[in-house]
Amino acid sequence: MQQRAWPAEGVTRVPYWVYQDDEIYREEQARIFRGPTWNYLCLETELPQPKSFVTTFVGDMPVVVARDPSGALHAWENRCAHRGALVCMQRSGTAERFRCIYHNWTYDHAGNLTQVAFRNGIGGKGGMPADANPESQAPKKLRVESIHGLVFGTLSEDVASLEAYIGPEVLPRLKRVLVRPLKVLGAYTQVLPNNWKLYMDNVKDTYHASLLHLFFTRFRINRLTQKGGVFVSRDGAHHCTYTEMVEDRGDDYEKDGMRSAGSQEFRLEDPRVLEQVDEFGDRVAIQILSLFPGFVLHQIRNSLAARQVVPKGTDRTELHWTLFGFADDGEAMTQRRLLQANLVGPAGYISMEDGAATGFVQRGVAGSPDRASVIEMGGATVGSADSRITETAVRGLWKAWRQYMHV
Amino acid sequence: MRMGTDPNLQLAVESLHARYAHALDADRLEEWPQFFTENGRYRIATAENEERGLPLAVLSAEGRAMMRDRVQSLRHANIYEPQRYRHMISSVLLEPEDAGVVRSTANFIVLRILQDGDTVVFASGRYVDRIVIREMQYEERVVICDSRRFDTLLAIPL
Repeated sequence: MQQRAWPAEGVTRVPYWVYQDDEIYREEQARIFRGPTWNYLCLETELPQPKSFVTTFVGDMPVVVARDPSGALHAWENRCAHRGALVCMQRSGTAERFRCIYHNWTYDHAGNLTQVAFRNGIGGKGGMPADANPESQAPKKLRVESIHGLVFGTLSEDVASLEAYIGPEVLPRLKRVLVRPLKVLGAYTQVLPNNWKLYMDNVKDTYHASLLHLFFTRFRINRLTQKGGVFVSRDGAHHCTYTEMVEDRGDDYEKDGMRSAGSQEFRLEDPRVLEQVDEFGDRVAIQILSLFPGFVLHQIRNSLAARQVVPKGTDRTELHWTLFGFADDGEAMTQRRLLQANLVGPAGYISMEDGAATGFVQRGVAGSPDRASVIEMGGATVGSADSRITETAVRGLWKAWRQYMHV
Repeated sequence: MRMGTDPNLQLAVESLHARYAHALDADRLEEWPQFFTENGRYRIATAENEERGLPLAVLSAEGRAMMRDRVQSLRHANIYEPQRYRHMISSVLLEPEDAGVVRSTANFIVLRILQDGDTVVFASGRYVDRIVIREMQYEERVVICDSRRFDTLLAIPL
C-alpha cells in the first residue's frame, strides 16, 4: 500500500502503479466512469428514427441508447433486473421493446421494466408474491445530453450540464468541427495492449506527435515548428490541440539530428491522401480534442472521427473508432474523407504507432510500480499554451484524475 | 469446380493468390504493388461495414503509386514491432465477369508472428477480387475481414 503514495513532485510525476493496480481499476469504474463525468455514448445519427437503438459502454458497464416512439433519447444499463443478463444483444437496430432472452422480462425504450413473464403465475399457481418488487433492481438510468450530434450520458445526478462540464476553453473547439448534421462512413475497433489512461495521455501529449509519428515529419505535415497551440480546461480534464496548415520550411529537426529529420528527398508519389480542403475556413490542418474520461474527436485534414476509449482491464483497452462526414457532403468530399482515412486508425500512417508506443510503456514499467514517469516539458503548470513542446495537457489529465480518485 | 470454369484459369488464379501470399509473408513488400494493374484498387474492409453499406476502409490504395507510398512509409517512416504474417488461402471460387475479367472469392486466415514468438490469428475473412485475365493482375482486391477488431496495429497489408 505504501507504493500507492503519489510522488511529492505532484503532476510532473505519474507513478506506474496507476496503470497496473486492479484495485485502482475498480475504483476508477465507480469514481470516474460511473461517477460525476459525462461519457460519450454514440453519434445521434446512429439513432436515425424513433425506436432506433445502439449498444455501447460507460467504462465496463454495458449500456443501451434508444429513442422512444416520440424520438426522445434514453440511455440505460444493459442489465436485466431479474438475473443480470444483457437485455439487448445486437449492436444496433430498431425494436418495439427490449426482451431479455433468459426469462422474457421486457423493457420499454426508456429502460422501464414493463412486463415480468408469468408474474401472477398460471391458474393461481406459481408467480411472484403480491409484494415482490423486482423494479428495485431495474437497470440504472443515465442522464442523456447531446451536443451537435454527439450523445453523452452520466449516472451522476450532480454533475453540471454537458456544456458546463466541457467548459469555455474547449467547447468552442468542439463546435468548430461539428457544424452540420453528421453521416457515418464506417467504424472499427483497435485493441490496445495497455491501460486506458496510457492512451488518454498519449492523445494529450502534444510533444510526441512529430517525434513518434515520422510520417508527419517526413512529409512535413506536422512539425513542432509549425504554428499551433493547446487549450486545456481549468480542471485539466479536457484538452484540444491544433496545428495550422502552413508548410514549414525550417530545418530545426535536421539541426537537432533527430530521427525524423532528413525529409528533403522523401515525397509521396501520389499525394491525394494528404490533399486537404479548408472546409472550416480557418486553415487548421489538425485538431485533436479530448474529453475526460474517454472521448476523442479528431480532425486530421478532412478526416473526422469520434474515438471512444473503452477500458477492458488494467492492461487492455478497446478504441472504438467511428469515422464520419457531413450528411450533405458531395461525392468528391466523401471520397477525400475515405482516402484520408488512411492517415488514422490501426493502419493509419500517423496513428499506427500509438498502440505500439503505449503498449511499450505497459510492458516497460512491469517491474517498477515504485517508479514514475517524468512530465516536465513546459514546466509544472496546467493550462493553455501557444507551443506544443509542452506536456501541459498530460499534467491536466493527472490533475483531474487525482481529483476524481482522491489520490 | 463449377461447370464451365476453365481449369487452367482456376489454376492461374490460385497461383496468383499464392504468389501474393508468399511475397507478403516473406517480407517482399516491394513486390506487393506489382500484383495489381497500374490503376488497381486495394481495400481492407470489415464485414460489419460492408453489411451496413458503409464505405470505410481500414487501409486503402488507389493505384500502384499509392501502394508504393504505403511500402515506402512502412520501410522508412512507420514504427512497429518486427512481425511476419502467414497467409492461409483456400476455397477459391471463380465467376466469369466481363470479357477478360474474372471475379474470385477466396477465404483467408492470417497469422501474425511477433519477434518473441507470440503467434495469433490476426485476421480471417474473404478476398473478393476482380482479376484481369490476360495480365493475371488484380484490378480490385477487397479484403473483407470477419471481425471489426484489429489488435494493436495493422502495418503490413493483408
